[in-house]
Amino acid sequence: MTSTTIKTLTLTATLAALAGMATAQEVRVYNWSDYIDEELLAKFESETGLKLVYDVFDSNEVLETKMLAGGSGYDVVVPTGTFLQRQISAGAFQKLDKSKLPNIDNMWDVIADRTAKYDPGNEYAINYMWGTTGLGVNEAKVKELLGDDAPVTSWDLVFKPENMEKLAECGVMFLDAPAEMIPAALNYIGEDPDSHDPDVIAKAEGVYMPIRDHIQKFHSSEYINALANGEICVAVGWSGDILQARDRAAEADNGVEISYYAPDEGAQMWFDQMAIPVDAPNPEGAHTFLNFIMDAQNMAAASNYVYYANGNKASQEFLAEDVIGDPAIYPSQAALDNTFTTTPYPPRVQRVVTRLWTKIKSGT
Amino acid sequence: MRRFTLIAIPYLWLLALFLVPFLIVVKISLSDVAIARPPYMPQLDLSEGWAGLKAFFSELDFENFAFLTTDELYWKSYLSSLRIALISTLLALVIGYPIAYGMARAPDEWRPTLLMLVILPFWTSFLIRVYAWKVILAGDGVLNSVLVATGIISEPLQILNTNTAVFIGIVYTYLPFMILPIYSALEKMDDSLLEAAEDLGASRLSAFWMITIPLSKGGIIAGCFLVFIPSVGEFVIPELLGGSGTLMIGRVLWQEFFNNLDWPLASAVAVVLLAILVIPIMIFQRSEDRARERGE
Repeated sequence: MTSTTIKTLTLTATLAALAGMATAQEVRVYNWSDYIDEELLAKFESETGLKLVYDVFDSNEVLETKMLAGGSGYDVVVPTGTFLQRQISAGAFQKLDKSKLPNIDNMWDVIADRTAKYDPGNEYAINYMWGTTGLGVNEAKVKELLGDDAPVTSWDLVFKPENMEKLAECGVMFLDAPAEMIPAALNYIGEDPDSHDPDVIAKAEGVYMPIRDHIQKFHSSEYINALANGEICVAVGWSGDILQARDRAAEADNGVEISYYAPDEGAQMWFDQMAIPVDAPNPEGAHTFLNFIMDAQNMAAASNYVYYANGNKASQEFLAEDVIGDPAIYPSQAALDNTFTTTPYPPRVQRVVTRLWTKIKSGT
Repeated sequence: MRRFTLIAIPYLWLLALFLVPFLIVVKISLSDVAIARPPYMPQLDLSEGWAGLKAFFSELDFENFAFLTTDELYWKSYLSSLRIALISTLLALVIGYPIAYGMARAPDEWRPTLLMLVILPFWTSFLIRVYAWKVILAGDGVLNSVLVATGIISEPLQILNTNTAVFIGIVYTYLPFMILPIYSALEKMDDSLLEAAEDLGASRLSAFWMITIPLSKGGIIAGCFLVFIPSVGEFVIPELLGGSGTLMIGRVLWQEFFNNLDWPLASAVAVVLLAILVIPIMIFQRSEDRARERGE
């Protein structure tokens, strides 16, 4: 062996070792967009000495495809409960090592009981944030069109064709999320929102067909700005997003006032859960990140920033008054009892739901 | 030997980058959806040896292709994609040909600059350029603001989220692929042919129809293929600029893959799309070859 080869080999070995070290020192997190106070990311790096790679996504479907294809390279991901359940059954996640998560004692049993429906015993995931799906309303504009007794706290506002006909003038957007919009319609007509029976699901068509022409757009993030700058007057969306719209409008001081309502007939409650992929390159670092997030003050900082409630009981004393005191974020017990949850659709039913949603959106 | 290597390289390229991935997609299209990682069955298990291979093949079937015929969504989307691609290609030809013609007729010293100008947009990411159209076409966007401010229209035009916006996006994006081959065909044309035609009494227009157009036919065909083929499968442009009523097969494919998590059906959609594109092109090539043989 010549000395050059030896040098090359040594160099390669050193580089490989360095590369190995680099990944060991790195934690890769894949979370929803606009979903954390970015100061927390810097704080994590300075407290733990680990390098944090933080990427974002905006739909459960994109995350799910990455999880099921495998080799995503992420250490921590944040699917919503129903998606989490499906991915656990596909073997996409590893069980949490709770001995490495001392802060897990901070978690709130009320929420943990509910998330156990998706992840029995909460063995695979911890709750990050939760919220409801409901109505974002520009009350001044809506009352101008529908009168002072406009049903702003009821699904009647958007599911009654005569209301939508008038509201189309000031603009209405719906979430492009069939797994939430179909249950909302079923709940409205008195059916089981969590039904997996194709004949029951088909009844949602009757709710949407008369109003579909009056819906300006189906989209899962554009409504935040559209509500805030007065482009639309009603959005069916996620609680925290609508409260962010309320705040953006207040900051812009443009005279737009937005309110969020979890409708009287019942709103869907959902949970975004942090889990560790089965092939995570750095499960050790992933646990460090989860434990960091479950710290009471860190979790409170995140909620104070994004206006979503969290599943961390200990964080509540650090929450800002306009977060913990806002019933749109932390609903009363009576309001919580009025929410419903859903379970994931099996593949054949998922196809029926997607097909129905395409028909509602495109007319074909 | 050298000649063999020269021929082998493009074939190896085709094999590795087209045929192998295509066969993988075909294999998935014959499988069944499952909640697993990856989400389809059966998986090829080579450790079982010959028996495993036999079991694997026995589980493949054409069920997914049969399913495509049961729902009108699929054929309507294929047709709508073909229609949108066809209209876009014709628009690109009508706009691109005069541009290419002007470039080829421009003085020699201008041509490199003009060519540069056509290629320049590629220096910006495709995604950013399509997003820019959102800003231009939006209800309160650049175009509407200018039109309303100058009093040409009183109400903003609804262009974004319609098929019109999709046509604008596709034509804008693929126009250089139309211009470049036509330009290269026209640039090679011998000007003395036109002079000869005029000497023989042809008007400039008839000389254009009888000489320039036939001589640039190769460029026109290449340009049309280069615009038409990617337009049919386009996903980003209809997703960003089109409305919820814009039916295109690329979006259906996305839905099957991401929303339904049905990789086998998504693969079947892709295989049919490829067949729709490749078979007519092969027929066309063959008839061209025959025509050339007859001509000789």
